[in-house]
Amino acid sequence: MSNNTKKWFSLNLNRTKKSEACGCGNNASSCEEKTPKDGYNQVMDVSMSRRSAFKKLTAGLLIGAGAVSTSCSVISGDESKEKSAIEWDEYFKGNYKLMTDKEKNETVNRLVRSYELRTGKKINLSSKDAEEDVLFGYAFNISKCQGYMDCVNACIEENNQDRASQMQYIRIHEMEDGKGFNFEESDDNYYHEVPAEGHFYMGTQCFHCDNPPCVEVCPVQATWKEKDGIVVIDYDWCVGCRYCMAACPYDGRRFNWKTPEVPEEEVNKNQHYLGNRLRKKGVMEKCTFCIQRSRKGQNPACVEACPTGARTFGNLLDPDSTIRWVLENKKVFRLKEDLGTEPKFWYYMD
Amino acid sequence: MKSLKVVGSLIKDSLAEITHGSRAYHIWMAILTFVMLFGMYNYGIQLEQGLSATGMTDRVSWGLYISNFTFLVGVAAAAVMLVLPAYVLKNIDFKQAVLIGEGLAVAALLMCLAFVVADMGGPARLWHMIPVIGVFNFPNSMLTWDVLVLNGYLFINITVPLYILIMRYQGKTPNPKIYIPGVFISVFWAVAIHMITAFLYQGLQARPFWNNALLGPRFLASAFAAGPALIILVLAVIRKFTEFKVPDNTIKKISLIVTVAAQINLIMLISELFKEFYAPTHHSISAVYLFFGIEGKVALLPWIWTSITMNVIATTVLTFHKLRSNFKILYVACGMLFVAIWIEKGFGLIVPGFIPGPWGKIAEYTPTFVEISVTIGIWAMGAFIFTILAKTGIAIELGKIVYKKK
Ligand code: SF4
Ligand code: SF4
Repeated sequence: MSNNTKKWFSLNLNRTKKSEACGCGNNASSCEEKTPKDGYNQVMDVSMSRRSAFKKLTAGLLIGAGAVSTSCSVISGDESKEKSAIEWDEYFKGNYKLMTDKEKNETVNRLVRSYELRTGKKINLSSKDAEEDVLFGYAFNISKCQGYMDCVNACIEENNQDRASQMQYIRIHEMEDGKGFNFEESDDNYYHEVPAEGHFYMGTQCFHCDNPPCVEVCPVQATWKEKDGIVVIDYDWCVGCRYCMAACPYDGRRFNWKTPEVPEEEVNKNQHYLGNRLRKKGVMEKCTFCIQRSRKGQNPACVEACPTGARTFGNLLDPDSTIRWVLENKKVFRLKEDLGTEPKFWYYMD
Repeated sequence: MKSLKVVGSLIKDSLAEITHGSRAYHIWMAILTFVMLFGMYNYGIQLEQGLSATGMTDRVSWGLYISNFTFLVGVAAAAVMLVLPAYVLKNIDFKQAVLIGEGLAVAALLMCLAFVVADMGGPARLWHMIPVIGVFNFPNSMLTWDVLVLNGYLFINITVPLYILIMRYQGKTPNPKIYIPGVFISVFWAVAIHMITAFLYQGLQARPFWNNALLGPRFLASAFAAGPALIILVLAVIRKFTEFKVPDNTIKKISLIVTVAAQINLIMLISELFKEFYAPTHHSISAVYLFFGIEGKVALLPWIWTSITMNVIATTVLTFHKLRSNFKILYVACGMLFVAIWIEKGFGLIVPGFIPGPWGKIAEYTPTFVEISVTIGIWAMGAFIFTILAKTGIAIELGKIVYKKK
């Protein structure tokens, strides 16, 4: 976003490559922080080596205490040795946002191998970066949605969400005709035949705000906005403080209160590091616009699954995209605009 | 070399001091130890099962732990802020207030840190937050500010009393030129830990119940009431069970502080209530839920009304000089005030922030047994730490343990 013309409340869709090409995967204001090397950046540049020192120190302490019996013992087989070596390296790896390409590859390989050791199956784990000149956005046609919740189910399957707690990123709110957008009285947990007489439906999920409050508050930068506008979480870096959840005005985030359960045969094996790879307990997750699909040029699972065509997804920077057509030709609006969060998720009616 | 020897012998002597005491003392410590162990056992369950062992959910994602954390930051801050007026009023024994106040601050801070760790989904990954080896999102995240100020405050509050005690231990008089600046820094620092903890909530535009400019000042006022109220109670116990002389005047002066703070707190409460209920908006739903309940969801009602009743009674009692000067009444009033503010600044503040949820959902929160046990365990830990600190401190002050030059 060209910083000089951008008002804080207006999302500038005409951003160009040049003003933006810093590749830090951050928004403009925090990019600026990055150019001069001071404070935090200086620290970050050496953090990898500091951390490896920390790792060695911890290793030393543990060996001293005789606590690494599994990884050192002669009896345990090669596989379990490899497993604990992987766990060890995984525990000490850095924040994905700050990893070099080499480090990204290493951790991806470790995660693939670790899944193979556990289940004997291979997964396809991508670490594909954002494309140039892409800014994803989403539009939702309230007139079309009938509340079938096919999007919800597709999302759960695509994104390997915990089946036990029935976690769902998308909530469909059933609203009564004649009351307007009355979220308080709407029902986001209905179990009856749809469309129900005298009701209309509206879906919410993470809106991938352009000015996301959830990102600001995270104490460890485990969540951030990628260059293509997708707000992501590094599940291995999140410490589970849930501050971001309190900061999100849209109920966009979900927490793993216990170890998520996905039956092995249902695991979607096409994964992305920042997307639908398997999570652990005590970390945050949320909609990623199906980053594993959208970065390959596909639509998110919800868009694909919707039988009514209420959902539109695309590149906001491409003047010929459907999403741009919707924004330019429909009377679109966003929710809670007064908060200044700049959601990249618009609603409209026919 | 010499100072090392002094510290070494101080540690030896204090160990001897804390392992010896009256029967009541031993029973007290045994109970605390048992409660702590029970809390740890329950924390083990929580580690095993994840935070699903608590009553928190996606709808109400902070609960008892964060509530207690918030309240205790107040106690930690107020215990030391007490020192400033005490110093200005001059005619009471300054060092005493410093020692007890800072001991209380240390115990409260350690409890704060324990509550934060207990609340984490991934405590093993907490090293991610250590500056330099992890990533510290400073200055964007208020939580990183809070980590900084809390640890800085802990550091100050350990060094100042340690200096005084080490000097006393060697039979020397502590040099006010050295410790007074420390005390003053810690007083201003106390305001900082308070405001920043308030900013943690105040800065969230997503939660109208917290996003309110009065939150910080109200934190200060209520802490100024609750912290010194606790100190009065602690001093009362110390007077009863040790030979440590606490003059009546000290307690009277502190009770004056409690009174003024409680009055200001009440005025701010009225101002908040007026705003929420005179011209209610969409954003007043949290307050409606807290004070009256919504659609039969009334979990917080008994708590908040107990709190308000106790608060009003205690403040009224304290306001009358006659009543306040009667120590029995004063202790009861202080106890009531402390509990009232614990409810109000604890889950009376945190839980309604999440109710209604961003889309108006009213989902209630009830802490589980595990959660409550861990909470009580952490409180026992605080009491344990404070008892040790106070016992050693008092013994040194009384000259019961002194450094023997060999
Ligand atoms: S909707 Fe919520 S979680 Fe998503 S980017 Fe905005 S603030 Fe963050
Ligand atoms: S829960 Fe995780 S992502 Fe959210 S603020 Fe805490 S560390 Fe960051």
